[in-house]
Amino acid sequence: MATLVGGICTSHVPAIGAAVDHNRTGDPNWKALFEGVRPAQDWMREARPDVVIVVYNDHASRFDLNLTPTFALGVGEFFMPHDEGHGARPVPACKGDPEFAWHLVESMVLRDEFDITMVNNMTVDHGCTVPLSLAFGQPGQWPCRVIPLCVNVIQYPQPTANRCYRLGQAIRRAIDSYGQDIRIAIFGTGGMSHQLQGERAGLINADYDRMWLDRIVTDPLALTRIGHTELLREAGSEGLEIIMWLVMRGAMNETVRPVHRFYHVPASNTAYGMLILENA
Amino acid sequence: MENLDHPRDYDDIPGTYVFDGRRLRAGYALNMFCKSLDLASNREAFSSDALAYLAEFDLTPEQHNAVVARDWIGMLQLGGNIYYTFKLAIFDGLSMQHVGAAMSREPMTVEDFREMMSRGGRPIQGNRSRKEH
Repeated sequence: MATLVGGICTSHVPAIGAAVDHNRTGDPNWKALFEGVRPAQDWMREARPDVVIVVYNDHASRFDLNLTPTFALGVGEFFMPHDEGHGARPVPACKGDPEFAWHLVESMVLRDEFDITMVNNMTVDHGCTVPLSLAFGQPGQWPCRVIPLCVNVIQYPQPTANRCYRLGQAIRRAIDSYGQDIRIAIFGTGGMSHQLQGERAGLINADYDRMWLDRIVTDPLALTRIGHTELLREAGSEGLEIIMWLVMRGAMNETVRPVHRFYHVPASNTAYGMLILENA
Repeated sequence: MENLDHPRDYDDIPGTYVFDGRRLRAGYALNMFCKSLDLASNREAFSSDALAYLAEFDLTPEQHNAVVARDWIGMLQLGGNIYYTFKLAIFDGLSMQHVGAAMSREPMTVEDFREMMSRGGRPIQGNRSRKEH
């Protein structure tokens, strides 16, 4: 039977990927961040997942204004990195797990009535590849299969925080009913507070971020009741994407054990946060 | 059902352009021009003759002028979405800090903006609501 070995929340700031790709992780403005996230690589080596489900948002890469799926799951054989304007990141292609992905889809749609969009042909952008770099460094191939799960957090109306949590619960029921003996990890990515756009660009709200880091562990249901206007106001227009952490949290047990917590300002224009959780 | 154009509670957040259906409808052509720059061949075409390339998109005169002037805040006011307009910034070789500085209400250089971020970012105090201004 499949096992969920743990979950990671992490921001997916593109500049982090650029720092990795250009070997600038030891630079003065990056050193503290990369030291703070190093335990993720150690944890992944111990956890040895066969598959990672990466919950992230597509940044006008695979999808554009013509088509905005609220939730979209990659069911293909592989996913190439997307060219986001200066050539694709020099990272490996993600090898998918179509058999497990189709099991997820059937379980979600038929049992949980969670009508997710199935995507066979998709590229993955920094939202997916930066968390993989943080978890695995710079290997020639990613050491596990990857299932990308895109959440629309760009086009209002985004799904509610509660819907994201319930999606995670549906993913967990699918994992628990999968007959193959594989180890699975799930990443909830994005956040923390940041605003890229408008006269308020550069916004950071560290108190609000720390509240999320606390409650995602101890009281995620309180977070599921937060509405979009509060998120836009307090976390920033792009910080709203922290709702994707709740997908990961919904998949985990009600009680979890945090094994690593790290918070750092700034990563480019963003507050960086990481949590590694195991089921208690 | 209320009209799409009814005021929203998030309109009260200062300096923030929530990308809802109103903005998608206003900014569709502008954003899709920016999106086209994902392709290296389009970047080359825009690079060699910007005005001819822009003419292929159904921009309003105001959007056209904002693109030519690289008026980053103007593009948002005309329906631009930052993830799309940033593709134009990448084309120009600019970072998110450049664009952030250019969009600020008070004049800021990119160094000012970086300095603000390294001091903990733009504070939330005073920036929650238009009523605070």
